[in-house]
Amino acid sequence: MQINEISRTTPLQLALAWSFAGIPLLAGVIQTLINAMKLFQ
Amino acid sequence: MTTTLERLDPSSQSVLPFLDRDHTIARPGYSRWMVPPAALCVHLCIGQAYAFSVFNLPMTRLLGITQSTPADWKLTDLGWIFSIAMVFLGLSAAVFGRWVEEGGPRKAMFTAGVCWAGAFLISALGVYFHNLWIIYLGYGVIGGCALGIGYISPVSTLMKWFPDRPGMATGMAIMGFGGGALIASPLSVWLMGRFASASDVGVLYTFITLGCIYFIFMMVGSTIVRVPAPGWKPEGYVPPATPRKLMTANDVFVYQAVKTPQFWLIWIVLFCNTTAGIGVLGQASAMSQEMFPGHITAVAAAGLVGLMSLFNMGGRFSWASLSDLIGRKNTYFVYMTLGFALYITVPFAGARGNVALFVICFLIIVSMYGGGFSTVPAYLRDMFGTRYVGAIHGILLTAWSAAGVAGPVLINYIREYNVTHGVPKAQAYNTTMYIMAGLLVIGFIANLCVKAVDKRHHMAPEREAELERAA
Repeated sequence: MQINEISRTTPLQLALAWSFAGIPLLAGVIQTLINAMKLFQ
Repeated sequence: MTTTLERLDPSSQSVLPFLDRDHTIARPGYSRWMVPPAALCVHLCIGQAYAFSVFNLPMTRLLGITQSTPADWKLTDLGWIFSIAMVFLGLSAAVFGRWVEEGGPRKAMFTAGVCWAGAFLISALGVYFHNLWIIYLGYGVIGGCALGIGYISPVSTLMKWFPDRPGMATGMAIMGFGGGALIASPLSVWLMGRFASASDVGVLYTFITLGCIYFIFMMVGSTIVRVPAPGWKPEGYVPPATPRKLMTANDVFVYQAVKTPQFWLIWIVLFCNTTAGIGVLGQASAMSQEMFPGHITAVAAAGLVGLMSLFNMGGRFSWASLSDLIGRKNTYFVYMTLGFALYITVPFAGARGNVALFVICFLIIVSMYGGGFSTVPAYLRDMFGTRYVGAIHGILLTAWSAAGVAGPVLINYIREYNVTHGVPKAQAYNTTMYIMAGLLVIGFIANLCVKAVDKRHHMAPEREAELERAA
């Protein structure tokens, strides 16, 4: 396999990859925080 | 008999060549910051295991729908699903660790994805035919294997991409395992609500949907993951001229590593830290309500459990990142000494009725429980080198399986014994807290005994060079 060819990762690719994993995680964290607030009520 | 070289020879494999390690070697220009989201894609999915309990009650009403009938499954029978999965997590990580290391992360992530999606689809069949054995096989055995293979799949790759910050890198992935439950729990409840009807509790279609979602996520992860080219280093990174006292620049072969006292000392450290943490994590809701009757209600206790999940997840990233600065051994010293002080403080907080102190203790304890998991791969890398760290980590995870049995058993049985012998419920957990603190003393001593690995265990330079050429 030819691995010397340059294939630069673009900021868009990085943003997409992080969003793909990060958005569901963030949604889960927010939901959990909302539930956790019951401790202080 | 095949040699390691033959196994690494690309021409000797494979049915799906795009999964092979040599097809995943990054081209110049590939950003190493693509690898953590790839690892997260896998760990966020398999982290669902921590949320499996949301299916327990609905699965006791599969036939009766609104309430359990005598033919429905019992909670005690359903509890075995998670236990079997945990046992197979440890076993598969230990057995397949070397295969994961040599086959590369894409092959391992792909396999984990197929097994994890398969686990849900087979379990859906079990629900359809109302046969619990099918679910034991599906989620327990096949899902457990997915957990083990998926858990270790990105670990050594991340450390190769981030030689400057290995703790932070693995902390990010293993944080995903803690965070998976935060997504899976509300998602599963929502899906069951959508699919529920007068004749169905909604578990069957929820399993099918989750299987499909997780398959897509894990395939994305396996597609974007890459391994660095041999000899690659981050721009501007210069390995320290005088490495830390415990760090080695050499590699130790996986089966040689398990012959060293260092491996077993770290095993004991992880076992003690995990047993203590699991004991608290699994019983936090009941414990908080019984220790503070009238102050912590069932709803507030659920809030505490949620907050603990967040600290469990956050601790995985923050403690492992800190270990890059202060060293692994020192980080475990913090877990053991601070943990000891906190476990001793819990009965005191209970006796004084100090809810805030109790909550703070629990949150820090659970953050260090998570931190124990995420710091250990970098600890192993420091001791045994990078080449076989994934496989060694896989075998070390048997400590997790053992702790998964020991933690809940300790806390449940001691509480039961105390209650039946007339100890008030509010004080029934005190003995357990002291035992957990004692466990951390054992962990402290084991950590203290960890010294650098003897040179006779290192791989011979010609063997290293041979493997380098093959790679």
